[in-house]
Amino acid sequence: MAQGVWIIAEQRDGEIRKISYELVSEGRRLADALGQDLTVVLLGSNVKEKAAEFGPYGADKVLVADDSRLSPYTTDAYVSVISQLVKANEPGILLLGASVEGKDLAGRLAARLDVAMAQDCTAFAVEDGNLVATRPIYAGKAYAKVTFENSWPQMATARPKVMSIREPDPSRSAEVVDASFTLDDAELKTKVVDVVKDESGKVDLTEADKIVSGGRGMKGPENYTILEALAAIIGASVGASRSAVDAGWRPHADQVGQTGKVVSPNLYVACGISGAIQHLAGMSTSKVIVAINKDEDAPIFQKADYGVVGDLFDVVPALTEEVKKYM
Amino acid sequence: MNIIVCLKQVPDTETQIKIGSDGKSIVTDDIKWVMNPYDEFGVEEALRLKEKHGGEVTVIGLGPKRVTESIRTALAMGADKGILVSDEALEGSDSLAHAKALAAAVKDTEYDLIFTGQRAVDDDLGIVGATVAELLGIPQLSLIVKVEVAEDGKSVKVERPIEGETLIITSTLPALITAQKGLNEPRYASLPGIMKAKKKPLAEKSLADLGLDSADFGTGARKLKILELTPPPGRQAGKIIEGETPQEKAAQLAKLLHEEAKVL
Repeated sequence: MAQGVWIIAEQRDGEIRKISYELVSEGRRLADALGQDLTVVLLGSNVKEKAAEFGPYGADKVLVADDSRLSPYTTDAYVSVISQLVKANEPGILLLGASVEGKDLAGRLAARLDVAMAQDCTAFAVEDGNLVATRPIYAGKAYAKVTFENSWPQMATARPKVMSIREPDPSRSAEVVDASFTLDDAELKTKVVDVVKDESGKVDLTEADKIVSGGRGMKGPENYTILEALAAIIGASVGASRSAVDAGWRPHADQVGQTGKVVSPNLYVACGISGAIQHLAGMSTSKVIVAINKDEDAPIFQKADYGVVGDLFDVVPALTEEVKKYM
Repeated sequence: MNIIVCLKQVPDTETQIKIGSDGKSIVTDDIKWVMNPYDEFGVEEALRLKEKHGGEVTVIGLGPKRVTESIRTALAMGADKGILVSDEALEGSDSLAHAKALAAAVKDTEYDLIFTGQRAVDDDLGIVGATVAELLGIPQLSLIVKVEVAEDGKSVKVERPIEGETLIITSTLPALITAQKGLNEPRYASLPGIMKAKKKPLAEKSLADLGLDSADFGTGARKLKILELTPPPGRQAGKIIEGETPQEKAAQLAKLLHEEAKVL
């Protein structure tokens, strides 16, 4: 009988990523609700010493797969190892992060295990011993509550930054176990040949705590400097609406919306963004929304916690000066 | 080089979503259906690779008859032939089942490369590409923004941006690539293209034609069960900041963000 909650931790270059702590915290909650154990699965190269980090956050056990072929991440290698561990141990619930890597891994792993997978969930619950997941669909224009039928393990990914991290308890520790697996080089058809670091220092929008975003009202690419000035003071990343990206003012990676990134920062400042449904869909899970727009009838004001009706070219520089008092 | 593009038809991104009376599905009347935006990147990339390396582009769509329009759009952009997998038994299937039908349709076609969108902008699941690749036993390269096929047509080099880094990945062919925004700018179908598309072959296949059992499809065979759809949690319009000058408004806003919202 499948039982136990598993989370797949994510690390990069040996550093545990924040989403992993969000998953452990959420996994602990679900494990308690079920009266079962929480296991963290950690894959990588020379990562065993990191295994101890999960105990204080609630893990009972950390299963470590250490192999030079597990760094950097490749779909082939990770799916092979994790599917072997799942088949050998039969966990009841398997959670991953809805990061670029997690989504890639979860899709292929679900296919390999022939199970359903609920992607990019914003909430989990246990009902009648089963995992019930809430996931935004149509980029948040509707929310679906889903569960699993004849599908083990019950598998889902969690949207980064939505689930809170529990206060670590330093007195807790987890049992660390070496995972047993085989990895055949013939399975490894893809190879990471280079990793190009983004030297801008900008935090990816999906992981940013604060985002300052500009739309059509920015009038041109050169004006984004005023958003960057505000972003630099408050520690935000700069985003853009689809119209600004389609106009070529900002790179595709900056687009927030249904065909861009779906973001959940603590603070989202929308400047010169009218609030087309396409855009609202991508940022409505932000905790605090500020809108700065000349047009008092702009739909963005219906979603904003704080609205400033005014010319962003006056208001944003003034705001940049004012926020310095609090930083 | 033979390339397959799997495409889905989705509600236009400007569509407001209304939940149906069953509380488990959306109201589809009055919806304008379009090709999934991420699939358009796949079509465009397939056409560019064909222009460079030669070969043929086959577009496979799945769903009701209206999906033909999206396949014709891809043919008008320059794809060579289309396949529509259409069967009443598909109605209500989950993504796993859709992927199984697509993989079955792909199996009968010669291919070096397959494109799908990185996800469809309706159910946002992003699992079809991976499942098709798994069922065909080929590698997947997901969320890709650059594709280079080797001269000998036996391998591919791609770029995948992850948070803060870009991975350069090589893979043997055949492989499946899921397209991400930034890969290219999809072309519009030209008028001559639209005229030509009408004469291009477009086959329709049922599940039985693909050797599949209709019992494995439909609502009853779903492994991901929808309990309920709800509108997004309501967000009330908040405070409009008062003030005579931009400076006053900015000062007031900064103060509220610090004291009330506690985000500064």
